[in-house]
Amino acid sequence: MELNEIIKPENLVYERPKLMNDNPMHYCPGCSHGVIHKLIAEVIADLGLEEKTIGISPVGCAVFAYNYLDIDWVEAAHGRAPAIASAIKRLNPDKMVFTYQGDGDLAAIGTAETIHAANRGENIVIIFVNNAIYGMTGGQMAPTTLEGMPTATCPYGRNVALNGYPLKISDLLAQLEGTCLVTRQSVQTPAAVRKAKRMLTKAFQNAMAGKGTSIVEFVSTCSSGWKMSPEKANKWMEENMFPFYPLGDLKNKE
Amino acid sequence: MTTDITLMKGNEAIAHAAIRYGVDGYFGYPITPQSEILETLMAQMPWQTTGMVVLQAESELAAINMVYGGAATGKKVMTSSSSPGVSLKQEGISYLAGAELPCLIINVMRGGPGLGTIQPSQADYFQTVKGGGHGDYRLIALAPASVQEMADFVGLGFDLAFKYQNPAIILADGIVGQMMEKVTLPPFQPRRSEEEIIAQCPWAARGRQANRQPNVVTSLELDPAKMEENNLRFQAKYRQIEENEVRYEEFLCADAEYLLIAFGSSARICQKAVENAREEGIKVGLLRPITLWPFPTKILSAYAYQVKGMLSVELNAGQMIEDVRLAVNGKVKVEHFGRLGGIVFTPDEVLTALKDKLIHA
Repeated sequence: MELNEIIKPENLVYERPKLMNDNPMHYCPGCSHGVIHKLIAEVIADLGLEEKTIGISPVGCAVFAYNYLDIDWVEAAHGRAPAIASAIKRLNPDKMVFTYQGDGDLAAIGTAETIHAANRGENIVIIFVNNAIYGMTGGQMAPTTLEGMPTATCPYGRNVALNGYPLKISDLLAQLEGTCLVTRQSVQTPAAVRKAKRMLTKAFQNAMAGKGTSIVEFVSTCSSGWKMSPEKANKWMEENMFPFYPLGDLKNKE
Repeated sequence: MTTDITLMKGNEAIAHAAIRYGVDGYFGYPITPQSEILETLMAQMPWQTTGMVVLQAESELAAINMVYGGAATGKKVMTSSSSPGVSLKQEGISYLAGAELPCLIINVMRGGPGLGTIQPSQADYFQTVKGGGHGDYRLIALAPASVQEMADFVGLGFDLAFKYQNPAIILADGIVGQMMEKVTLPPFQPRRSEEEIIAQCPWAARGRQANRQPNVVTSLELDPAKMEENNLRFQAKYRQIEENEVRYEEFLCADAEYLLIAFGSSARICQKAVENAREEGIKVGLLRPITLWPFPTKILSAYAYQVKGMLSVELNAGQMIEDVRLAVNGKVKVEHFGRLGGIVFTPDEVLTALKDKLIHA
C-alpha cells in the first residue's frame, strides 16, 4: 500500500508546513525552537505571505533559522535584528518583516535596538524566545536567568547582588506607545501551541495592517543548558519560569 | 528645492546629491562635524518627493545595521558619521563586507583618539583602508577635496559599491564637510523600480518568489573550507578593484624633482605650497590619491625613478606614508609632515617641512 493511498486528502488532519524543508534541525531534543519555527511557517502560509516575508535571524541557537524555513532571510549581527528589520520594513512597506531573537540577543546586547524599534512603532513582529540561558555558547547566564538559577557563568545560581535581577523586558516593552501587541506564550502542550499560534497570527496581521510593533515572547526550555531531560525541563519551566514570567497578553490593542 | 549651481557646505552637498541620485534610504545619528547631512535631509523631506526614507537612529550601531538591512534588500542606502561614531559602526561595516552588500558610508573626520576634538583631522586613514572592523576585508575609499567632490562621490561611491557588491566609504574631513563652495549638483534621477532592483540584485532578500530558492544574506559559514572559499572570492574581487578603480590627480608632476602626496583638504593646502615652491624655483609636484583604497601604488612607484624625494602630507601622525613607502619600496626617500589634534597646517609650513626634511636634509 502506497503512502498516498493511506493518507487520502479527506483523511489528512496534519502535515508538515510547506515552507519547512528537509534539512535536519540542529536543535537539541526537547528544544522549543523547532515548534516555534513550525508555527511561523504555518502562519506565513495561512496568511498567504510566502512571497512577501523577510525573516531576520539572530546570533544564538536560532542563527541557522534560515536553514529550515524556505523564505528570504537576513542574518543579523548579535542584537541588531530590530534595527535591520526597521530599515527593511520602512524601505519595503509592503513586505512582512519579522525578527527571531533569543533572550541574550534581545534583552542584553540588543536592548537599545529592541526598545527603540518598538518605541518607533515599527510595523514588524519581534519573536522573542526566552529560555533564560545562552544556549549556543554553552549555557551562560542570560538577562532573563532566574534568581538562584545556576548557569556556566553563575555556577552557584544567579545572585542578584552580583548579577542584578532577571529582566522582564516584555513588561517594559508593553509600556511603550509604539507596541500594539505584547504577549507571552509557550509551546510545551498542544493547547499552548494552539494558543500561541493564534497570537502569532494576530502579530503578523498587525504588522501588515500597520498597527505598530508586535512582540510575541515564548517562555521556553533549554534542556541542554538547564541540564535536564526534556520532560523535566518542561516541568521546571512550568514551576519556576511561569510564576516569574506569567503567560498571557501584556498588551493587546484592538 | 535648490538650483543646480549653488553655494553650500560639503555636508549639505552630500545630502542634496543623495536625494538627486535616487538613494532609497539614509540612516544616521547626530555628531559634529557632519550633522548637517541628517539635518539637510530632514529639512528637504525627500520622502514626499523621491520616496527616499530618512531616519534618525538611536545609535551609530543601529544606523549601520539599518544600512545592512536596507542593503540586504537591494536598496541604495547610506549612513554618515564622524570618527567616534564611525568606530561604533565598524561591527556593521565588517558584516556588510562579509555579506558582500553594497552601501555608502561617509566619515567626516575629526581629531582623536577617543572623544578627541571636533576640529578637522585625517587620522582615520588606517581605520578606513587597513580594516577597522574584524576580518580580511576592504572598503572602496574615496577622498573628496572639494564640495563638488562631496556631491560627485555620492554617485561614484554607489556605482562602485553596486558594481563590486562591496561597501564604499567617502573619507572626508571636517574642512571639506564644513566649508562652503560653489557646487553643481547632479541631475535628478529616479529611484529604481522593484523590477530594476531585482534585475540588479538577484541575491537580495525581497520575499521569495515561487520560481526561485530562498535568498539568504549572511556572513556566516561554519565550514572552514567554504569560509576560505568565501575569503578567496573576496580577495579576487579586491584584486580586480585594485586593477580597475585606482583614481588620483596630478598637479605639476611632469617635471617635478620633489613630490607631495596628500589627500582631501590637505591636498588643497599642498596645491598652494606647490605654487609657492615654484615661485621660488623649486620644482615640486602634487599627487593626490582620490581612491585611498585602492591606493595609487603603480604611479607612485613610477615617480620613484623621477623625483629626489617624496613628502606625505597628512593631518595625522603619519599613516598614508606607510602606503607611499610600500609603493616606492625604498627607491626614494619618503618623509612625513603633519599636524595633529585638529590643527591645520599652512602652505608655508608644508614648504618649510619639504625643505627641512628632503631638500636640505
